[in-house]
Amino acid sequence: MSAAEVTAVPEGRGGRMNRAQIVNAALALGLLGFGLVAWAMGETFLVTLATKVAILAIAGAGLNLVLGFGGLVSFGHAAYFGLGGYSAGILAHHALNYTPMFEWPFLFEGTTSMPVIWITAMVIGALAAALIGALSLRTTGVYFIMITLAFGQMIFYFAISWPAYGGEDGLPIYVRNGFPGLNTLDPVQFFGLTCAVLFAVLGLIAMLAHSRFGLALQAARQNRQRLMAVGIRPGGVLLVAFVISGAITALAGALYADLNRFVSPSMLSWHLSGELLVFLILGGTGRLFAPLAGAGLYITLEHLLGGVSDHWQFFFGLLLLGVVLFARGGVIGFLAGGKRHG
Amino acid sequence: MADPILDIRGLSKSFGALKATDDVSLDLRPGEIHALIGPNGAGKSTLIKQISGEIAPDAGEVVLRGRSLAGIDAAGRARMGMARSFQVSSVAPEFTVLQNVVLAAQGASGATFRFFRPVMRDAGLLQTARDCIAQAGLSGREAVPAAELAHGERRKLEIAMALALKPALFLLDEPMAGMGTEGATALGDLLDALRHRAPILLVEHDMDAVFRLSDRVSVLVYGRVIATGTPDEIRTDREVQRVYLGEEA
Ligand SMILES: Nc1ncnc2c1ncn2[C@@H]1O[C@H](COP(=O)(O)OP(=O)(O)OP(=O)(O)O)[C@@H](O)[C@H]1O
Ligand SMILES: [Mg+2]
Repeated sequence: MSAAEVTAVPEGRGGRMNRAQIVNAALALGLLGFGLVAWAMGETFLVTLATKVAILAIAGAGLNLVLGFGGLVSFGHAAYFGLGGYSAGILAHHALNYTPMFEWPFLFEGTTSMPVIWITAMVIGALAAALIGALSLRTTGVYFIMITLAFGQMIFYFAISWPAYGGEDGLPIYVRNGFPGLNTLDPVQFFGLTCAVLFAVLGLIAMLAHSRFGLALQAARQNRQRLMAVGIRPGGVLLVAFVISGAITALAGALYADLNRFVSPSMLSWHLSGELLVFLILGGTGRLFAPLAGAGLYITLEHLLGGVSDHWQFFFGLLLLGVVLFARGGVIGFLAGGKRHG
Repeated sequence: MADPILDIRGLSKSFGALKATDDVSLDLRPGEIHALIGPNGAGKSTLIKQISGEIAPDAGEVVLRGRSLAGIDAAGRARMGMARSFQVSSVAPEFTVLQNVVLAAQGASGATFRFFRPVMRDAGLLQTARDCIAQAGLSGREAVPAAELAHGERRKLEIAMALALKPALFLLDEPMAGMGTEGATALGDLLDALRHRAPILLVEHDMDAVFRLSDRVSVLVYGRVIATGTPDEIRTDREVQRVYLGEEA
């Protein structure tokens, strides 16, 4: 969804879907359909692949809030993804090993409950984003990109050099964490759960984009001087978006740890930050469903091309170049038509 | 004489060795259009930016309705009713006309951190925005993205946004630049009516418009005010003729 679409005037569309909405619905149904058909055919691996797409799309959705709507190129979103992953890993590690995490002010032995883990991950992601955002937002442009990258790398090296939770080797989660009423070990149930989270997150972002906050956020992307001149400070708006973004991406990280039943510093690496950016460029930055389209395309190509050639990234690079040069609206821009306005 | 809305006292600003604003004092009284004229590079925009809070003066102060604005940033001043337009028009290009003006109305309302209700269904903001768009003469263009507006229309959009700020005063930096005679005349009529809503500090190169509209004119040369007076006084001022008007003739 483009900026202007998101906040477009509600002029009697009379319930008919526009092209962008049709593309979005097709993407959502495509993901669900793919996972369910794979499950019906007993292709567990493909169910897991679809789950991975859903989770990476959540992470990308977090980034899209600041990049697509706020215009902030964060090259350090792996930090929140990894922190979310480590939140899940560390909480589960203590619970599964019966080693208290801390004994003061009360005894806490970790948890294997997904809802508790998710909330913890989001709080930690939000706090990290508040700190990193408050410092990074003093800069703009390429300096912003570099400083977010630097913070990401700091956390990455910290995880590598901290032996308590596996250091470089990472931390296994022996049994996937649980969700009340579900058997999360059943791939299709876990898939359904991640899809539910994805659609809830996309719904949340659509709501934010349409709100007063969203209008100011999108104005901050276009013209900060003008935003100031109407009495709104861009800094506060962007920082709040950054915090929400960090929380969403951390939630994705917690799910990703549970998908792999493993957390390692690779979740914190700058490669992952780059992949999240690539999802959005591929999908169409600023479009609500860009992260799903981009993650889906990326994982599909990785799966297909990866089998053909070890150098699939080279061919992928060519594709990315093509998108940047010839289809700036990404997949969704291509299918749904360019951003209607601008 | 009524108390001035805006009172500028001894404002100075240097960029390195260049004195862009040199001990400038002037005021803006209720109901008036006070024009600020001067050759290119005289420091008109720099003065406007110090009033609007975009840059801090080295010395002097800006007083709005008896209250010093020292330490208040541009957003804070906008919220106090300083409604400004830019020499190079500055709007959100991807937003429609309506969205731009709703944004201004939202800024004036002071409530931006609201996350749930759709802003484009906010009846209060929409009402304000539509009124301001109508007053600026942009009715019928609400759904057009700002990037697709003609030059003159974008100027009008800035006026509509200024109106939505519930202005205490207008700071207009060359609102007629590049508009063509017809557009400039129409905008002049609009400004003529607006002065009763809030006084206007008008930077303008179009001398016909300046002498037709203004109650008072100040002439800025090399950062200094060399004369302030009624249009007639300014027209006949020897100094002004020598350094500015004379050049044009
Ligand atoms: N940020 C800055 N740094 C250095 N010099 C500046 C800066 N801004 C303006 N100046 C200089 O200050 C002087 C006044 O500039 P200003 O833009 O205020 O003039 P102006 O009267 O608005 O001119 P114009 O009619 O061309 O718009 C010019 O010499 C300009 O080059
Ligand atoms: Mg100027």
